Amino acid sequence: MKICVLVKEVPDAAVQKRIDPNTMRLDRGGEKNLNPFDTHALEAAMQIKEGGAIPVEEVVAVTMGPSSAVRALHKAVALGADRSVHLSDDALAGSDVCATGYALAKVLESESPDLVLLGQQSDDGECYTIGAVVADHLKMPSLTQVIQIDVSDGKLRCERQAEYGYDTVEIELPAVISVGDAINEPRYPSLKAIMGAKKKPLDSKATGDVGIDAGQVGEGGSKTKVLALNPPPAKEAGEIIEDEDTNETVEKIVAWLDERKLI
Amino acid sequence: MAGILVYALHDDEGNFNKNSLGAISEAAKLAGEVGGEAAALVVGEVADDACASLGNYGAAKVYRAKSVPEGLAQPIIDAMAKVIQEQGFSYALFGGGLLGFEIGAGLTARLGAGVTMEVTAVKVDGGKLIVERPILQDSEVADVGYVSEPGIIIGRLNAFDAKESGGTAEVVDVDVELSEWSSKAKLVQRGEQRGADVNIEDADILVGGGRGLGAKEGFELCEQLADSMGGAVAATRAVVDAGWYPYAAQIGQTGKTVAPKLYLAAGVSGAIQHKVGMQNSENILAINKDPNAPIFEFSDLGVVGDLHKIVPKLTEAIKAKKG
Amino acid sequence: MPAVAPAEFPPPFDSNDVIGPPTDAPEDRIEVGVAIVGGGPAGLACANKLLQLLEDEPELTEKLGEVPVAVIEKGKVAGAHLLSGANMKPSAMEELFPDLPKEDWPVYQEVEKDAVYVLTKNKAFPLKPPPPGFKNHGNYVTSVAKLGRFLGEKAEEAGAYILSETAATKLLVEDRIVKGVRSGDRGRGKEGEELANFEPGSDVVAKATVLAEGTVGHLTYAAYDYFDMHGADPMRWELGVKEVWEVKEPLDRVIHTMGWPLRKSPRFNEFGGTFIYPMGEDKICIGLVVGLDYTDATFSCHDALQLIKTHPFIAKLIEGGKRVAWGAKTIPSGGYFAMPKRLAVPGMMVAGDAASMVNIPTLKGVHYAMHAGMYAAETIVEALKKDPDSVNFEAYDERVRKSMIEKDLKESRNMRQPFSKGFFMGGAIASAMTVTKGNFPGGHWKQEHDSEIEVELGKAADMYVKPDNEVTFNKLDSVFLSGNATRDDAPNHVRIQTHVPREIAQTWVSMCPAQVYEIPEDQLESGTAEVDVHVTASNCVQCGAITAKGGRLTLPEGGDGPLYQET
Repeated sequence: MKICVLVKEVPDAAVQKRIDPNTMRLDRGGEKNLNPFDTHALEAAMQIKEGGAIPVEEVVAVTMGPSSAVRALHKAVALGADRSVHLSDDALAGSDVCATGYALAKVLESESPDLVLLGQQSDDGECYTIGAVVADHLKMPSLTQVIQIDVSDGKLRCERQAEYGYDTVEIELPAVISVGDAINEPRYPSLKAIMGAKKKPLDSKATGDVGIDAGQVGEGGSKTKVLALNPPPAKEAGEIIEDEDTNETVEKIVAWLDERKLI
Repeated sequence: MAGILVYALHDDEGNFNKNSLGAISEAAKLAGEVGGEAAALVVGEVADDACASLGNYGAAKVYRAKSVPEGLAQPIIDAMAKVIQEQGFSYALFGGGLLGFEIGAGLTARLGAGVTMEVTAVKVDGGKLIVERPILQDSEVADVGYVSEPGIIIGRLNAFDAKESGGTAEVVDVDVELSEWSSKAKLVQRGEQRGADVNIEDADILVGGGRGLGAKEGFELCEQLADSMGGAVAATRAVVDAGWYPYAAQIGQTGKTVAPKLYLAAGVSGAIQHKVGMQNSENILAINKDPNAPIFEFSDLGVVGDLHKIVPKLTEAIKAKKG
Repeated sequence: MPAVAPAEFPPPFDSNDVIGPPTDAPEDRIEVGVAIVGGGPAGLACANKLLQLLEDEPELTEKLGEVPVAVIEKGKVAGAHLLSGANMKPSAMEELFPDLPKEDWPVYQEVEKDAVYVLTKNKAFPLKPPPPGFKNHGNYVTSVAKLGRFLGEKAEEAGAYILSETAATKLLVEDRIVKGVRSGDRGRGKEGEELANFEPGSDVVAKATVLAEGTVGHLTYAAYDYFDMHGADPMRWELGVKEVWEVKEPLDRVIHTMGWPLRKSPRFNEFGGTFIYPMGEDKICIGLVVGLDYTDATFSCHDALQLIKTHPFIAKLIEGGKRVAWGAKTIPSGGYFAMPKRLAVPGMMVAGDAASMVNIPTLKGVHYAMHAGMYAAETIVEALKKDPDSVNFEAYDERVRKSMIEKDLKESRNMRQPFSKGFFMGGAIASAMTVTKGNFPGGHWKQEHDSEIEVELGKAADMYVKPDNEVTFNKLDSVFLSGNATRDDAPNHVRIQTHVPREIAQTWVSMCPAQVYEIPEDQLESGTAEVDVHVTASNCVQCGAITAKGGRLTLPEGGDGPLYQET
């Protein structure tokens, strides 16, 4: 089985993110890091490989991003991926969810994976479920919010968090699975692995190499457009009650709750 | 192209999800302004009158795909794609939640459509819909427009309020041919509750306990209060650190992020490390004996007083009110 | 309560615990040519210089193996743990990158104007002309966090392996020769237990090891004990708390202030002042530096900085602005006499702040660190060219002693000490020293370790203001801004005695800018002579102050701590 893990380089959580008012895009200067949710996906891939329930020939880290994204790939490889693929092309800049999902699906197609794993969300786009977009393009079954994966007989038995509780779903391969952070504790890379990461094969691909129609990606190919940025609505200053007569205070609280239909 | 199609999620008993109802009401309002009608899509064997009742929230028509199973997204993607394409809807609207995200995302690929997630408001401009969505941990709000149709709008939980308007909807059955891969996932068990690890991220009401509780036993007060309101209990890093409550309940920078309808903070100072995990709660009620506690700067109702006196009485009063 | 010195309650730490032979099987050890501990100005200048020199030494490069130069850095990236003023003297950058135009330097601007003020509660009196040592003409306002990133990138481009998120927790020594360092474990829990994703560290063996660990060198100070390298005076430190502000009006000068709110009497021993530097057109930085030999247990550098921002003169500079960064770090202030008596031992050299190469009266240390790193590089190449198995790097010691590092530090060797006599007396004596280039009064004015100073509960905290969250902020909010998001179950890396006299506990509580230490609420008013100290290690921004005042900062897991961007 070949597992492809989709990873993304995102601004570090500690960096104060801002949108560049000129391009209406995220200012990607400043520290970048491998998207924390993707480390869970890599760990899941490694656990499947090490678990032995199904033979895994290779785990491939795949990313779409500018040249700096190779760092995310190095990190992914240090965490256990056998090699990596970097889809990088100026034409992709400014892609929205629709365009990004399309581009990722195309590069994954070129790898013919049996299983695609990715993190539930990324720290920057706050979009969630790019996996579901990719899965439809790849014509594969998909599941998100997965917090447990068991492999047997070429099928996956997954648990995922849903509105009404936990669902158990059996899913056939090939499939696209987005994992939540509750699924595992990612391992730390050993120093040896970190130092050896740069030596593992890294393929760079441009849009033409994987059959991406440039008209469907980038700012021009996106189907949504950010029109304006505004500060969030100002919150009205709250009310303060000083408790003197507790019975009275409690009455006021209950009235407040009632007013807002909270009880 | 015109009109807005809303996905109406329901449970196994046929009760519709309140966020779906809210989305239908919102669609009805917007359809009035951009033209076309608001309609809902329901999957599974849902009774006629249940479907028709969606008209009470503003749906003019309800498309029912009886043979499509509920609970997994991909068959519903097939159903919605078919109805959107055949009926020429301009927008698809979801009330938020897991399936809404998955279906909306799948439709993005299927229809080559633009999609916006976590939408908090929708407005009309020149006969088109523009959505507002918070970004960068809610520090800014982006206005997003759609370049083509249909456009897919996935709301943030609780963004849309359900409004009853009287009326019934016409129920239309549709046949949906499932994509080959839509039957590759099988729902073995749906909606299993796991009481012990109540997922605080899903709770509508949370009672958060902090250092002000004084001791581990203080959490009993929180639990009783939460029970009285049908909510769950959360905790700050400091008390989890001290072993007063489990890590699964921790909210904040290094814990979980929540946005319930009500966050009642008892003995919580409101330090930023905690604030970032709950600041998007719809209503924040804080009880703290320190009038200078930072939480009073962003609470909707702040009560300066002894929580050990107030909380038990509050619990009693709520129980009494609920009868 | 009688005054008591923190040194009476030494931390539970033994240097021998962090020194020992390699323990990995030989085939598991990671072999590098040169191991540099610390991705700061000293370590990265060393790495860059090494690779520049190695370009012309193909034979030696081959002997150094697959990884000729490795830099071990505990922060998330090189620069994440760096914080300083700073008005950097350009000499080191000019020497390291002679062909790099100044426009491409990671600096904000050249200093054009200097101003020094003495503050009283409401006024600011300019000192004209500024006292000697405060002339920064020709220096460059720099953020070391940015400088670290710049030097790190350059080193990587040249072929260095920057092993970030890696702590060097043990010095590998065999037969009294330094063989390298051991990297720290990752994935331990609060009590030190191994978690599910536990990953043990590795022995990194090298032909030469350079310790460039910065202000509270973990392995460096252990090495001083082991190899008997201590200088004539003990190390001592100042604590600096710094903020970066976006401002509406650009600042046209470098400003230093003295006086308020630091108290002048020798009884309190509050030596220090603020620095306010322009950072381009739209930002300034403002920081307060205070010697850690103060005596009032309630003194808090962070809160004093918040208070200073309310002074009319300073408030004006940040009016309408927004705080965008915060951080804290100690500065070694022992100067010349605290430098180790030997800078090299078999297999190892020490460079930069950890070796006390900081000139407090002129507030300079960045360029000394870089020069020292370059001397180390030159020494290594020279020595290993002649004999690739040589462990004798004593030529480094000679280079430093013949350089401006030695000369400048010697000149100001006694200038910090007079301030224990209070502001006026101290100022007068220090000025006299400057004018005579250190020859008055000459000799050696002996210093004490900061923890030997007795502390008592005083009234410093009475002055502090309640944070208004617009201009003034509390410690927790500030820790958040530093980018610190250390996991809560990380093992406790702070070594202190946890049941101590109230004065000592209060000293730590007030001193620490990150609110790591707390006295349990029920003991605050209990009136007992001794109290417990609760440690929230995950708040720690690794400033090092605890090492100065009676505790010991050891290393958290790699990657933990702040993520400074522009400090």
